[in-house]
This record gives sequence, structure tokens and C-alpha cells, in this order.
Amino acid sequence: MQNNFYWLIYGVVSILIVASIIGWVLSKKIKTENGKTVVLNLNARIKAWWIMISIFSLSFFLGKTATIVLFFMISFFALREFITLTPTKPGDHKALSLAFFVLLPVQYYLISIGWYSLFAIFIPVYGFLLLPSLSAISQDPEQFLERTSKIQWAVMITIYCISHVPALLLLDIPGYKNQGPLLIFFLLTVVQLSDVFQYVFGKLFGKTKLAPAVSPSKTVEGLVGGGLTAIAVGTCMWWITPFTPLQAAIMSSVVVIMGFLGGLVLSAVKRSLGAKDWGTMINGHGGMMDRMDSVCFSAPIFFHLTRYFFTN
Amino acid sequence: MILDKIIITLSRLLVGAAARWIGSSPSKMQRIYFANHTSHLDTIAIWSAMPSEFRKTTRPVAAADYWNKGWLRKHIAISVLNSVLVERITSSKANPLLPLFSALENGDSLIFFPEGTRSDHAVPHTFKSGLFHLAERFPDAELIPVYLENFHRCMPKGSFFPVPLVCTIRFGAKLERIEQENKSDFLERARNAILELS
Repeated sequence: MQNNFYWLIYGVVSILIVASIIGWVLSKKIKTENGKTVVLNLNARIKAWWIMISIFSLSFFLGKTATIVLFFMISFFALREFITLTPTKPGDHKALSLAFFVLLPVQYYLISIGWYSLFAIFIPVYGFLLLPSLSAISQDPEQFLERTSKIQWAVMITIYCISHVPALLLLDIPGYKNQGPLLIFFLLTVVQLSDVFQYVFGKLFGKTKLAPAVSPSKTVEGLVGGGLTAIAVGTCMWWITPFTPLQAAIMSSVVVIMGFLGGLVLSAVKRSLGAKDWGTMINGHGGMMDRMDSVCFSAPIFFHLTRYFFTN
Repeated sequence: MILDKIIITLSRLLVGAAARWIGSSPSKMQRIYFANHTSHLDTIAIWSAMPSEFRKTTRPVAAADYWNKGWLRKHIAISVLNSVLVERITSSKANPLLPLFSALENGDSLIFFPEGTRSDHAVPHTFKSGLFHLAERFPDAELIPVYLENFHRCMPKGSFFPVPLVCTIRFGAKLERIEQENKSDFLERARNAILELS
């Protein structure tokens, strides 16, 4: 696996080098005001990618615990962003404390000890019931259901859904021992490339807006071009997965579609909370949730399909 | 000192505590930063947001009754934050602002909460007269309004520990001095300067 990993990292790094060169050339060539802002943002994004890729590769090389800690931190920042945009009241303080100081660490602890059955129900059952209980104890009935459901949503999306990425390490796939990190690599590459290519195709050929009220940057041309490219890349990566090329193509398609839906839904959530970006943490991209929105939707489905069809 | 690093790291991790210098930028001019007061984190957050070279000479004004409780709190207030402790409940006729006067005479800058106590909302109550007296006595100090966003949600009154939220600290443009302005006009103008940042 180590060898495969080195090749994959080389691959990603060379793509980034090419992207950086293109970004540099564009910054010299483009002179219009509008174009300049786009290129400036593009280069900020590429720079942020360098940082993100470095952090990911480092954690993968350090091993399982580092990977789990990394996703724990990602969940933490995502939850913090989500709650920041959510109007909560002093009566929610207990529920929020539960989310940050109990649900979040326990969910990742369960992954680290490999207790799958509790991992799968901990938040949907225990978290779901305990969160409103704590809010009720604080005795503030005003907009109780709205407040509670927003916190439950935040917890499900930012902790439960994201935790399915490192949970891939738990899957016991015959003939694919200890190769979980490659599966994570496969998932994240397909999701993120799909986002990147949708952005690129959208900027180059985008004409027909897909859902202007929810996500003005999404276009049909971007979705088709970007989605197909990501599926093609995913299919070509079949050799690092337990899948055949055809299965890899199907899995990639599912991942791309779920990722697209995740981007759309979370964009709608973001807008209903009155914001354009989730935060400012990742330069050029917005916040942590702007980068993780598609992962939130694709990871659980990818996890369960793999678990159902490929494990004993 | 390692404790100040820990406090700064913790406050960044928990509340983000990002400084936005909107109308002014950090400077070594003598200043009185005045802010809305909504949580126990406020003092530490503004202090952490200061560039490190000004942190030593920018002293938070803190309530003695709260910060004198317990060894750790006292240690943080005095040795780490270098704060100026004031008595909120004064029995004697002594002016409670005296420690602030001497800090300003020393050339230090102050972080000051003109409401005197924490409020439940981000919108500040009417100010007590302390800020007016400080401003009157030190006409050369720059008065910088500071708006603390989200801190009241992080650690509402009555809670013991903060919930992580992204909180922002906005520094506005210095409050212009107007000759012969009366106390209530001045305090209202100062309060509005904070509200404009919200």
C-alpha cells in the first residue's frame, strides 16, 4: 500500500503543479477587472489546495490515529461554523455543550476502538433524543422545535456524516486488508475533483443555470462536464480500490451525484441562515463547510454501499 | 511565560477570536479601547487579539470581585493579563477610577467596558459615566470603539464554560473629541460608535 500511496501523492502533486502554473500564466495574461477577481480567487484556491493536500498526506503517513484526529478537527471546525450561523439562544447552551464536548469526541472515539454498531446509532438515537431533552430542561419553549432541529441538523451533518470518512478504516474487506486509507483517498479525490471540475467547466462553458436561487454558480454544463471527468478519473483509480473498473465507475457516479446533492442542499441551508459562505477559514474557498459540503452527503452512502456489497 | 500562550491558543481554538481592524489599526498611541460586555471571555478575547508587541502595555480593566476569586484567576488577571482591577462595590468614598488614572498616567492603554457589567444581549446598555471621566482627564488618549460579536452566545450569563463559536472582535475608528460636550451626549455617542460596528 505504501508504494501505491507514493504514486498517488506524486500524481496529486503534479496536478497541483500544473494548476499552479496555469494560475500563474492566467494572472499575467488576464487584464479585465472581472477576470482578475476570478483569477485571484482561483490562485487563492490552488494555494489552499496545497495546504490541504499537505495536511492530508501527512496524516495518512502518520497512520490511523492521525487520520481520525484530522477528521475530528474537521468536524469540530465544521460544527463551530454551523452553530455560528445558527441563531441559538442561552437555553441551548446545555445542548450545544453536549454536541461539542460529548457527541463529537465520543463519535470519533468509537471509530478508534472499532465499535461499529454503536458508531452507527450513537448520534441518530442517543444524540437525537438527548439534545432536545437538555434544551427542554433549560425551559425556554420559544421556537423550541426550530432551535432543536437546527442543532440536530448541525450534529448530523458535521459530526455524523463527516465521521463516515475515517470510518472507512473500519471496513473489513476480503483481500483488501489494511488498505482503508486508499479507500479514503479514492472517495475524497472523486468528490473534490468533481467539485473542482464542475467549477472549471462551469467557468469555461457554463450557460444554463441549474438552481440559481440556491446556488448561483452551479450550471448544467459544469455538472455534466465536471461529473463525467470525475467519474472517468474515479474509474481509472479502480486498482487502488476493492472494486472492478465497472464497479469503480458506478461507485464514482454515486459519489459524484451525492456530492452534487450535498453541495446543493447545504447551499440552501446556508442561504436560509442568511450567509454566502460558511466561514473564512480556507482562503478562497470560504469556510470548512464550503469544502466539506459534498463530502457530507457522499461519505455515508459510499460507506454503506461498500459495507453492504464488499464486506462479509 | 507559557500560561499566556496557552490562554491565547485556547481562546483562538474555542472562539476563533479573530480581530478585524475596520476603522483603525494597531498602534502604540495611548488608547482606551471601549467595548460591549457580554461574557467572561471578553477580557481575554480582546487581549489575545492584540498584536503581541502591544499586549504588555494594553491593560484590561477587570472587576476585582470576579478576578480576585481563587488563585488561578488572580494569577491570570495580574501576572498574565496585567489587568487593572477595580472595585465595583465601593464602600468608601474613594474614587473607583483611581487605579485607571494611574495606569493612564503611566502611559499604558486600557481595555474598558463602560457598561460596568455583562449584559444578556450584544446590544450594550447605557454606559456608566466612567468612560466620560477617563476621556475628560486624558484628552490625548485615542478612544477606540470595539464590538464583540457572538460572545454572548458563546458563554451566556450563568454558564460556566464556553461553547465554541466563531467570534469576531471589530475595532472601529477612533471617537472624535468634541469640545464642551456634556456627559450624556458623549456617552450616547460612544455607545452608538459600538452599535455602528454591529
